Amino acid sequence: MPNQKTFKHATLIQPVIERAQTDPEHPALIFINPDNTEETISAGQFHFQALAFAQALQRIGVGQEDLVILVLQHSKVLLASFWGALYLGALPSIFPFLTEKLDPEIYMQRVKALVGHSEAKVVITYPEFKDELSRLLSEANCQVLSTDDVPEVSADPPSKPVWKDFSGDKIAFLQHSSGTTGLQKGVALSHQAVLNQIEAYSRAIDLQPNDVIVSWLPLYHDMGLIAGFVMPIVAGIPLVLMSPFHWISDPKILMWAIHNHRGTLCWLPNFAYNHLARALRPRYIEGLNLETLRMVINCSEPVHLQSHQTFFEKFSPYRLKEQALSSSYAMAENTFAVTQYPAGKAPHVDWVQVAPLQEQRKAVPANEGDQGSIPMVSCGLPIEGTQVEVVNDTGEVLPPRQVGEIILRGNCMLDGYHMRPDLTSETIRDGWYYTGDMGYIADEHVFISGRLKDLIIVGGKNVYPQDLEAIANTVKGIYPGRAVAFGMFDERIGSETIVMVCELRELADEQVIELLERILRQEIVKQTEVTLADVRLVEQRWLIKTSSGKIARSANRDKYIREFLD
Amino acid sequence: MTTEIINGLTTFITTQIIKRPDKELALDTPLISGGLIDSFSLVDLALFIEDTFGVQVDDTELNAETFDTLSELVNLIKSRQS
Repeated sequence: MPNQKTFKHATLIQPVIERAQTDPEHPALIFINPDNTEETISAGQFHFQALAFAQALQRIGVGQEDLVILVLQHSKVLLASFWGALYLGALPSIFPFLTEKLDPEIYMQRVKALVGHSEAKVVITYPEFKDELSRLLSEANCQVLSTDDVPEVSADPPSKPVWKDFSGDKIAFLQHSSGTTGLQKGVALSHQAVLNQIEAYSRAIDLQPNDVIVSWLPLYHDMGLIAGFVMPIVAGIPLVLMSPFHWISDPKILMWAIHNHRGTLCWLPNFAYNHLARALRPRYIEGLNLETLRMVINCSEPVHLQSHQTFFEKFSPYRLKEQALSSSYAMAENTFAVTQYPAGKAPHVDWVQVAPLQEQRKAVPANEGDQGSIPMVSCGLPIEGTQVEVVNDTGEVLPPRQVGEIILRGNCMLDGYHMRPDLTSETIRDGWYYTGDMGYIADEHVFISGRLKDLIIVGGKNVYPQDLEAIANTVKGIYPGRAVAFGMFDERIGSETIVMVCELRELADEQVIELLERILRQEIVKQTEVTLADVRLVEQRWLIKTSSGKIARSANRDKYIREFLD
Repeated sequence: MTTEIINGLTTFITTQIIKRPDKELALDTPLISGGLIDSFSLVDLALFIEDTFGVQVDDTELNAETFDTLSELVNLIKSRQS
């Protein structure tokens, strides 16, 4: 099982080079630009663009194993520079791009912090950022390559290729999660692990040469990076790509891209099902036809039956097939997918009783719709080469339907966290990766029921509560160290929203509280792009602490519900 | 008319979006850039405006450039009603 070699290529770059040489006209990528114009990039063009970046990197002295941070918009340049770094044997990692909500100064400091602790050798960015980043990064011995310095398509390809025959064990790239905490964890994946994932996952979704993938997903996240970029490029499946900012400001473009390009596969986080169903007024989708869509896969945040139903009700008149609704459980640490619901049928729903689930951590079956029961949507079966178990606090494997921590091992796991042996040995024990997710197995299907780790997933984006609490600590008037952030599921949005409760330094009148609340909201959005659903500023000693003096997030969440919502 | 629009919007935003009916919204409170309303909820606001005031607000207009405060939003609605 682990490290079994079945793919005919040893690295990710070989199939792409091969296709560029044997079938250069093959459509690799159709990019939908922010002005809604489209650009088709062939396998040959993609290869040349990547090559141009590889050469430019080589010229400035970047070599194998050097870390390359990409500070670029979701664009064809981002894809080409990522692949160019792979050609060199350097390690690309994509940094989420600056948005209008974020404070540019704080953003640049984040880039600097990442470069510093990950010892990056080069940052690729736009000419307008070059001077400032060069200045910020000069001490860190990190160069800045401007996209201006790279010719768009190399008219004169090198006679001597820049790529070498790497072995499959070589690290291919890093995946970082977002936020101060997330950026500390660069998931390092080898070529072989990514190839194993692509091979096993292709089988799980029955990937065919006539498939067309349509995606708006950001590439700094595993779902977008693998399903919405690396897999289609390596497997030679045409990819229709648009930027997440373009999609969020105009959600209908995704559905019309599926219609226009006869899209067959699409991955979405749960909130997007609700968002599309709410946002697309009939005037936007007259004549829309989704009959080609064979799988729309719910992934990267907990799957909710209600979201699938809402989505299906909305789009079945537009010929969406019910069996197209699918689900997957995935994480960067396993390259991408851990499980996938088999192609061709809608995921089965396990109705379970709420009380035993919460009190005894047991998934006791109930009849559909019974009072005191909830529907759990299956995330499917482990993909080939990946093994999943559920364990208790002491690491013992639990029987089916018993809720515990999900652990996994297999041939597409991370090599480790980049330069973080401490974190690696903390999460990988005896070859098993401890996910921090809670769930159970029933009839071999994996169900996710909650989270052990302190993480909030908002609209598919990982948010660490400690990052938000650290920002609250800097707001004058809020008692330092006395702030808590937690997630609350919002059925309308189909995702978690974030609530913060903070203790006041001293008693304040309503006007002051109002002002502090506004400052906190503004600081949070400026630094993290997160909009808080609710903020409560409370008197001292409101927050519950654990015996060791830490703020207990779940106990305070319960108290918040009791005091403010019930 | 203007008061009706302001009241309608305030009630919707405080009860449905930020879920704090006890809150008052000033006309110049930055709603989007101030971190009160995110992109997911903006869609609900647009749907509410279309249903209640009979004007169209397209998804592509849902950003701080088109409106960021209650008073800007009221002006937008009024300009489309006439």
